[in-house]
Order: sequence, then C-alpha cells, then structure tokens
Amino acid sequence: MSPISRGFRGRRPTSEAATRLPPGQYETRDFPVLSAGPTPRTALDKWDFTLKSTTGKSARWTWDEFQKLPRDKITTDIHCVTKWSKFGTSWEGVSIDTLLSAAGAQGVQPSPYVMAKCDGGYTTNVPLADLMGGKGWVAFIYDGAPLHAEHGGPARLLVPHLYFWKSAKWVRELVMMEENVPGFWEALGYHIYGDPWREQRYAGDE
Amino acid sequence: MKSAPRKKGSRRVPKEDSHAAGEKFADVLRVDGNAAGGMLGELFALDLTGARAKCAGCGATEMVGALVVYAHGMGMVARCPHCEGVVMRMSRTPTHVWLDARGATSIAVSVPR
Amino acid sequence: MVEVIPETSRTRTVILDVPDWPGHRAGQHVDVRLTADDGYQTERSYSIASPPEDRHLALTVERLEEGEVSPYLTEELRAGDQLEIRGPIGGYFVWDVAIGGPLLLVGGGSGIVPLMAMLRHRDAALGAGNSMARHQIPARLLYSSRRWDDIIYRDELTQLANKDKTLEVVHTLTRDQPQGWSGFRRRIDRMMLAEVAWPATEKPRVFVCGPTPLVESVAATLVDLGHQPGLVKTERFGPTGGTA
Repeated sequence: MSPISRGFRGRRPTSEAATRLPPGQYETRDFPVLSAGPTPRTALDKWDFTLKSTTGKSARWTWDEFQKLPRDKITTDIHCVTKWSKFGTSWEGVSIDTLLSAAGAQGVQPSPYVMAKCDGGYTTNVPLADLMGGKGWVAFIYDGAPLHAEHGGPARLLVPHLYFWKSAKWVRELVMMEENVPGFWEALGYHIYGDPWREQRYAGDE
Repeated sequence: MKSAPRKKGSRRVPKEDSHAAGEKFADVLRVDGNAAGGMLGELFALDLTGARAKCAGCGATEMVGALVVYAHGMGMVARCPHCEGVVMRMSRTPTHVWLDARGATSIAVSVPR
Repeated sequence: MVEVIPETSRTRTVILDVPDWPGHRAGQHVDVRLTADDGYQTERSYSIASPPEDRHLALTVERLEEGEVSPYLTEELRAGDQLEIRGPIGGYFVWDVAIGGPLLLVGGGSGIVPLMAMLRHRDAALGAGNSMARHQIPARLLYSSRRWDDIIYRDELTQLANKDKTLEVVHTLTRDQPQGWSGFRRRIDRMMLAEVAWPATEKPRVFVCGPTPLVESVAATLVDLGHQPGLVKTERFGPTGGTA
C-alpha cells in the first residue's frame, strides 16, 4: 500500500468540465504527444491508403485520390488512457463509411474486426461496427491545418468514442479480420475495446 | 551512437505536455534505458540497465541502458540504437507489469559470484 | 523529508532520510511516486545529487511551470513528510573513482544533477588537497546554462575548483551574460568541445546529461572527434531537461 503524499492533489477538473469527463480523466488545454518510436515522415507522393479484405482483395487510394473523396468536418472531445481529455478538437477527414462504400464497389467485403496498420509499425484493433455509422474517420486536418507529423500526419485514424490509442497515428492500412486480434498495446495489458465511459483501460477491466 | 549533429540557431524548447511547433518534437521524447530500469526492476529482482541485449532485428548487442527508450504514458518501448527496431516493450497496469522481449534474441545479466 | 534547500529561483534540493538505504553509485536515480488521497498516483524519475558518502539522500528538482510533480516537491513538501521512492536505479550511467579517468562531464540545465553527484563523490573519495590520486583522475566539467543565475550549484562548483587544481569547471551561458563575462556565450558546439575536452587519445570517461537535443549533439560530436562510443555515456532528460 502506498502512503498518501500529504498535500498532493494531482490534476483536478473544474465543475463544468467534470460533466464532460469520463471517469478518471482530467482536462488539458494542450495536446500532449505520446510516442512509441521516432516520428515517421512519409512524403505525400509516397503515401497511400489501403483497405484490405480477408480474401486479399483491396482498395487503394493515393494522396491525391484520397483528397478528392467527400470529407467531413468533425468537432469532438478526445480521451487518452493516460488520463488527459481535450474538449472540442476539430478535424477534417474521410469517413470510414465513405471508404467502405467505395471499397465495396471494388469487391472488398467487410469482416467483423479491423486492424489498423501504421508507418513505424504501430497497430491497433477495432470492431468494424465502431468505425461505421459516422463513428470513424481517416483524418488529415487538425485545427484547420494539415495534421503535423508528431500528431500522426499525414493522416491518422480518428475514433473519438474510444480511448485515443485506438485513433492510430500514421495509419496506412485497415485490414479486415474475422477475429479480434489484439494490436500493439492490446497485447501488452491494455483493454481490447477501450470505452472511456466504462473506464476500460486495462485487460480485465469491466 | 547516432551521428546527426543538430544545427545551431534558435530552437524553442517545448514545455512539458505542450504541443510544440518544431517538427522534431516527438524525437525529443527519447530518454535512456535508465528510464526503463525502474520498471524492469519490478519484474526482475536485479537491476537490468547493465544487462546486455542482442537485437533480434540487426544482431547488435547493447547494454539495456544504451537502448533508446520512448517512455511517455502508456508504457515504454526500448529501441535498438543502431537499427531503431523494437527490442523490448513494457507496460504497467494496476495489477501487472507486462514485458514483450521478442525483439531481443537474448538478454544476459551478470550476477555476483 | 528532512530539509529543502533552494538552489536557483527554479530549483530546490530535497534532502531525505531513507532508513535502510542500500547505498548507491554516483549517476543513479530514483523513481518518486506520489499518491493523492483518492488513490490517484503518478511517478517521475530524479537523479540522485548526493554522493554515496553522504548520510542523507539528496534530489535536486527543477520546478516546471506545467509540471504535476515538480511543484509539489519544490513547494508543498514539508519537513517530516513521507515520500515513496524506488531505487537506486541505473547500472549504465554511473561513475566511481574505481573506474578512473580522466573524467569529462558535459551537462545542460538540470542535467548537472547526476554529474554533481560524481564530482562530490570524487571530492570525498580522493583524499585531501592536491594528492597524487587527484592528479591521476583529473576532471573537467562543461556546463551549459541560460544565465548566470540559472547555474545550479554555482558557488559549490567554484569552491570545488578553487581548492582542487585537478578539477576544471567551464561554464557557457547561452542566453544572457553578466557584465564583464569572458567565458563562452553560446550553445555547446564542436569547437567548444574540441577546446575543452581531452583529446580522444587520452581516453577520457565521458558522461553527458541534459535535454535530449543537447545530449545527442554532444555525443555525436565527441564520437566525431574520435572518442570511442563505449566511453561516452549519455542520459537524456527528455525535452525540457528535467522531469515534471
């Protein structure tokens, strides 16, 4: 048992913020950078994005093709498992719904689960249902400007209703899976789903 | 040793927890294998920062203290200073310390006689 | 906690009495864990400033504006309070007189802390005055700070260098210099290192500590100047040069 550190408060929320905060979170006005490796830097003329099915069929977009797809503007709160939350972040990106429709037309069939694969080797797994229905995007604009490399640019996955480790930075592929295979952090003790409102931070949390 | 001397000139030093303007920000979150020593020490009774790990990626052998550790928040990722491959990863949940050392072919710790 | 000693406007040294402390080596660090009364916990690492010869453990902490732990340690902590620490930790970035010299220390900002532990140990272990032992293990410190008033342990470093001719302390002030300053007034670069460091043929043991960009640049330059990578040990403190 750790002794209580007399007089230590840690970070505490204001009362308005408290209603928007999932359990155990505090609000930040900054945008912390958490990284598991050196920042990948992919030139736009080398960048592509692929949606791949379990049968091997895939749909691919270059950066220019991607920019021509219909895009959404999204304003949302985001929640990191390390306890910071940031309110009202603004993004632009292509919804996963749009990508699934376009890929479907090319014969790419969906599966129940998806693994996001990224430059630098990071991976994270998400149920397809949590990317559809206006819940997920591939975002490339943050706060009105092209997404900075240290925040995941050129493009990152954006799935704000789950803990932000699921919003994989430097995303390049969404690979369909029949089973829910754990990704980088999910295989190292973090929760396989990650709902901040049920405080599902670690494997075994209900 | 990495050989990429930085240019001189004004450079804003990022504040803790703030979004910095500089392109190289995430690169300065690197610390040393010493930082991993504390977490590893919970797993093993020995201090592993002086242990030698053989990188499964490029075959180089380095002291754990010389690995380049990205340590911020969710866990620690220790990378080989030569090939940048992941040698080991660790996280700490309320109940467990997790270690994935598949990136090390072997780890050798010297023990007192 | 026994006592808090101010060092500069932003740094304080926290003196701890640790019963059953197993001893440590200069360069090692401890992890400090704080627990709020609702169970919330957070941890940071701090280098040990005191040499193994001291009875109490000293940690020098820089108070960071947006910090979560450093303001608590530098301002809230009172004599008699308990602190949870784990350590000592580190087998790589350590020096004691048995390792020998010459000893070259290069530090920036709060990176001076583990280097100071090494200098204090050297002073305690090598006997009085300008003994033979001191001549065999000469030491040089190149220390980068923004301003004169930001130099941590400034007076103690002056005293140590004054009484010991085998120790040389070289400051560089990168942002502001006092009237009449004749020392370096820029960031550490190749020319400065070539001037201050021993030639690589002397095989000095080198320890570099501070903000990551400084450490990487200095280490790369030293290797470029011919020093063996295995003799150049580094400790990076992350972007701000200290932990919050």
